[in-house]
Amino acid sequence: MKPNKIDELYFSDVNEPIRLGRREFIKKLGGGIIVVFCLGKLSILDGLGQNNESDALNFNAYIHVKENGRINCYTGKIEMGQGIITSLAQVVAEELEVSVYSIDMIMGDTELCPYDAGTWGSLTTRFADPVIRAAAAEAREILLDLAAEKLNISKSELAINNGVIFVKNNTPATVSFAELTEGKRIVRELKNKPEIKKSEKFNLIGKPLISIDAISKVTGKANYSGDIKLPGMVYASVIRPTVFDSKKIAVNASKLSEFGGVELIENKDLVAVIHSDPEVANKAARKVNVTWKAPEAKANDVTIFKYLEENIAENSVFEEAGNIEIGKKASTTILEADYYDGYKAHAPMETHSATCYFEDDKLIIWASTQTPFGLREQLSKELDMPLEKVHVKQIFLGGGFGGKIYNQQAIEAAIIAKACGKPVQLVWSRKEEFMYDKFRPAALMKVKSGIDSTGKLQLWNFDIYCAGTRGTKLFYEVPNTKTRFFNERNIHPVGTGAWRAPGNNSTTFARESHIDVTAFSAGIDALEFRLNNLNNQDMLATLKLAATTFGWNRKKAEGFGYGIALGEDAGTCVAIIAEVFVDKKTGIVKPIKIVCAQDMGQVVNPHGATVQTEGGITMGLGYALYEEVEFNGGNVKSRNFKNYEITKFSNTPEIECVFIDKMDSKPQGGGEPAIICVGGAIANAIFDACGARVNQMPITPDRILKELQKG
Amino acid sequence: MKQAISFKLNNETVTVQVNGDEQLLTVIRTYLHKTGTKFGCGQGDCGSCTVIINNEVIRSCMLLIEDVAGKEIITIEGLSNGEILHPIQQAFVKHDALQCGFCTPGMIMNAYGLLLKNPTPTRIEVIEGMEENLCRCGSYNRIIDAIQTAGKEMNSKI
Repeated sequence: MKPNKIDELYFSDVNEPIRLGRREFIKKLGGGIIVVFCLGKLSILDGLGQNNESDALNFNAYIHVKENGRINCYTGKIEMGQGIITSLAQVVAEELEVSVYSIDMIMGDTELCPYDAGTWGSLTTRFADPVIRAAAAEAREILLDLAAEKLNISKSELAINNGVIFVKNNTPATVSFAELTEGKRIVRELKNKPEIKKSEKFNLIGKPLISIDAISKVTGKANYSGDIKLPGMVYASVIRPTVFDSKKIAVNASKLSEFGGVELIENKDLVAVIHSDPEVANKAARKVNVTWKAPEAKANDVTIFKYLEENIAENSVFEEAGNIEIGKKASTTILEADYYDGYKAHAPMETHSATCYFEDDKLIIWASTQTPFGLREQLSKELDMPLEKVHVKQIFLGGGFGGKIYNQQAIEAAIIAKACGKPVQLVWSRKEEFMYDKFRPAALMKVKSGIDSTGKLQLWNFDIYCAGTRGTKLFYEVPNTKTRFFNERNIHPVGTGAWRAPGNNSTTFARESHIDVTAFSAGIDALEFRLNNLNNQDMLATLKLAATTFGWNRKKAEGFGYGIALGEDAGTCVAIIAEVFVDKKTGIVKPIKIVCAQDMGQVVNPHGATVQTEGGITMGLGYALYEEVEFNGGNVKSRNFKNYEITKFSNTPEIECVFIDKMDSKPQGGGEPAIICVGGAIANAIFDACGARVNQMPITPDRILKELQKG
Repeated sequence: MKQAISFKLNNETVTVQVNGDEQLLTVIRTYLHKTGTKFGCGQGDCGSCTVIINNEVIRSCMLLIEDVAGKEIITIEGLSNGEILHPIQQAFVKHDALQCGFCTPGMIMNAYGLLLKNPTPTRIEVIEGMEENLCRCGSYNRIIDAIQTAGKEMNSKI
């Protein structure tokens, strides 16, 4: 899939099924029972498949009950810390009635796993999970059929416990999965509606389960792309310009002769040196002098918002109801404000890394990528090789957050490996990671709201610059609304792309700040105002749960403040209430407590969902309070954690997560939603604490003091 | 000129032929194939590369190999006793104090150094001792809980 297409999908509401290519996996497997799930129009799973129903070999997932009784579950999704290696194993174990520890998750390997467009958009639990459950349920039925035959007893009299099938009336006859599968090779394509378990029969789904990959991670055994070591491997160090998007003019590598065994690789604008010792490669790279032509700097981190507003005219109406002029007339108070959000880096702890080698004419690669199949396609094009000559292998990612869907480092590594004919490892420096990040785009939101004398919203006029429309469908009840999206591709001086719940962080900050501004102007409590203007029952229930859990009416001391934000992302309703303390002298904000209530449908692993929510909130405090990319044109000045501050131990508050109980509904997104409400809730809490209404994130002490000085 | 430098790594004496100005992190990861210690920033800002040298917490990306001659280094690979996890590792598993796991070895080694100095840290002392280790996934609160649990567990065995 082209990066543009990925952006389009990522920044929109992610409900659209995604296409795939043909694979022939089954031949590669040994004996046992293989259930392939081909998406048809199954009522229970309508719209849940991420691939095309037309091709029988196109499937979303498959389950392999092996002859030793263990179970392989294959999925094109990858594990980057979001915990699906655990929650997907959990649903397979649930349907097959086995221990979760007898499941081996085979993930993101382009030769073994079914095609997948990418691990992003909080899609896994919503899309892959029901499909995998269905395949596991089908495998269970086949095993029961085989057991009935073997034990010569009716299937209805059989039950399964921990991988062993037994007769319900206590007869001693039992048969294990291993015995049933031995010497057999049964391939079943799942086309009919599978009998998946009802929630009252769940043993595992809905129960908290600790990450099954934790032991490998606490012992240092978990492998990431930069941990692979191949015989004869060389380490690459790329020579970079100081300004993003610069073009190469000339290369002077005369000083390389000082280093034995160093090789210079040049391919278009890519200039790299390789050596069997990374220390030598890095030192040698510093001696290569490249002359670059940098693009003209058109904006910096201060002027960018004005620049975007003045240079983007192109817009489209995303949502419209009633009439804005009627809304104005119906309003007794109209409030206008602009909200700003600067560029944000993904800053995963693992920088972009890749290790690869050629075996004859075939490329084998491990890469920190959220899109292994997308990478295969990119490599095939870039190196002019057939798709089947590229094999992307399974590996852990040290964080992704949307930043590892573009694969620049993997393409660079492969180009270098092809040029030098040796296995290559490329691990980006932290500086490269900042420079070539696809930042969350800077965004401007212009809002106009109107309320009548009873405090009901009559008008909502929302112009969004660059943030996208994801999650902006208005869930407040307003008769006259208009939401427009202003955007122009390539307007940004730096690379931009998808950042955990793309755009929704910026737009939710703007909307929820402005809802509070509107409520405050009418002298109405922020909770009461929201309750009065909501008709969405799911959102209402979520807000009420958050308010009760937090204790909205509890007393607060001088300097402390509470703030609410609501939002919608990936099918999940989120309500966050934050408590902060603001030191009015210094403007320093201390987050005290955050309560997050979510309606995320069925919660497969409440523990995993809690960890994801806590993580989203902790990361979100960074964009709300600290994270700011400094730049002048394409010269990115934030190049390390000293000048790009993320949330640390000391500023992590107490976090409490609560979920609406909906065991029988479809699961919704969990990796992204919570983070969207952090900015708005913190902004509103800061205002409540000290009276400073800061319209720009990050809400820094300087910005707070500036507002306080205005009085 | 290459020189031989010897030190103890996880209780075994090792000797490497080096110039002397190589980063300890490169020596551990690349020359000695112990990849549990991670590269995060190369500037001592993130703590992913933390190891213990003579009982002190050290960022291995900031130290040259010539400075560790004769010293005792412990990395994440040296913490468990065969299959039996160290109490800090056990506590990280129990509290699920990790997500992507990339900062985890550094967190655990930093916690090990902290507990050597202060076996029963308060929550605030844990925060102060861990402050310069970064986790982008946001597992800080769980890491704090894990370290306090591990401290208690380790003291109960003395």
